Amino acid sequence: MQQIINFIIRNKNFLLFLLLFSFSILFTIQSHSYHKSKFINSANFLTGGIYNSANEISEYFSLKSQNKLLSEENKRLKSLLYNLKSITEINQIDSLNAPYYFSNAQVIKNNYSATDNILTINKGTNDSIKQDFGVITTQGIVGIIDKTSGNFATVISILNTTISISAQLKKTNHYGDLKWDAKNPAIVQLTDIPKIAKILVGDTIVTSGRSSIFPKDINIGTVENYKLDDAENYYEINVKLFNDMTNLEHVYIIENINKPEITNLLNE
Amino acid sequence: MNNLLSVNSVRFIVLVLIQVLVFNNINFWGYINPYPYILFIAFFPVKSNRVMIILSGFLLGLIIDMFMDSGGIHAAACVFIAYVRPVILKFSFGTMYEHHNMKFGAVEFGSKITYITLIVSIHHIILFSLEIFSLPKIILVLQKTLFSGIFTILLCIIITIIFSRKSK
Repeated sequence: MQQIINFIIRNKNFLLFLLLFSFSILFTIQSHSYHKSKFINSANFLTGGIYNSANEISEYFSLKSQNKLLSEENKRLKSLLYNLKSITEINQIDSLNAPYYFSNAQVIKNNYSATDNILTINKGTNDSIKQDFGVITTQGIVGIIDKTSGNFATVISILNTTISISAQLKKTNHYGDLKWDAKNPAIVQLTDIPKIAKILVGDTIVTSGRSSIFPKDINIGTVENYKLDDAENYYEINVKLFNDMTNLEHVYIIENINKPEITNLLNE
Repeated sequence: MNNLLSVNSVRFIVLVLIQVLVFNNINFWGYINPYPYILFIAFFPVKSNRVMIILSGFLLGLIIDMFMDSGGIHAAACVFIAYVRPVILKFSFGTMYEHHNMKFGAVEFGSKITYITLIVSIHHIILFSLEIFSLPKIILVLQKTLFSGIFTILLCIIITIIFSRKSK
């Protein structure tokens, strides 16, 4: 017994190092798997608060470009609204019966230089934000909500090697998985599109609506180039994103009201 | 002793804040960021307890990880350099370190550069292997280590030059 204690005292530095190092490795492995519970995230009072106050200063520098984006979107929505054929169509868009509920938020920490990028936004459980809600901008998709706290939430960016989003060609309905190869923050990869699909450079890629996170037909990007995979059965497409992931400020969070029902049905 | 504690606490907080708010947003060429926060571990008092430096290294890494949502990669790299620091000190400063009368303000500039370069390279190679975590992408690991490493070493040297003059 005494020898064991002596051993521990003699090697206490090494044992402490080994313990803390294995803790760190454990956290790292957890962070590499999708939605695994982890304690170390930026959606907490301390880090969220610091990012929030820093963002209050830095948001002034992008006011002009953000205003331009918002007015572009207003223009688009106005033209949709006033070009509707009759007033009855407007009445059909009843917010109580709509399957998707939108709320807005601001990105307080953006990151695109790592291989697994995660953003932080300034809305949390106090604003009814929960895990697995979709996040989009006026131009395209951003990611999926991961961890939430009272006032903050983290978003798994589409620029993250662990995420995979169901996407399809806008013109034909052939669908596949959207992933990122960690090389260029403007280009993501769409895989598993069957060889039979007719693809042209410049075709629009949209969300497929199969995942219950994103509604159908949210813009993602355009086909930059494409090739057949090694087995020559499926296309691998490089997709150029519509939104600039390096410059994000105002985002929208999508809640699918029917999601609990859909997941219940799938689990049965 | 009390003075030493307060100096190191202030250094800890300032380095974390500057790292998180400034250096993480540089994104030079899209992905190159420097990590000069490890100066805290590099210039931790030489005479202090080894348990102390390993624990504070872990805490430093964990806080950076919390800000960056990166799991435990910074904690792992920081604990590692905190543990192997005596070996690197001995290698870079030789007899001066062994006689236990070393102060970072009074050492030769050349050996200081060797010391910083070694610490930064070890830290970065662990950091990026854990971040990318896949053997087929080893080229990306080395590329990121090289570019970020050069950036960090330059910044660390500049920071030490600026602050060593002030303390004299």
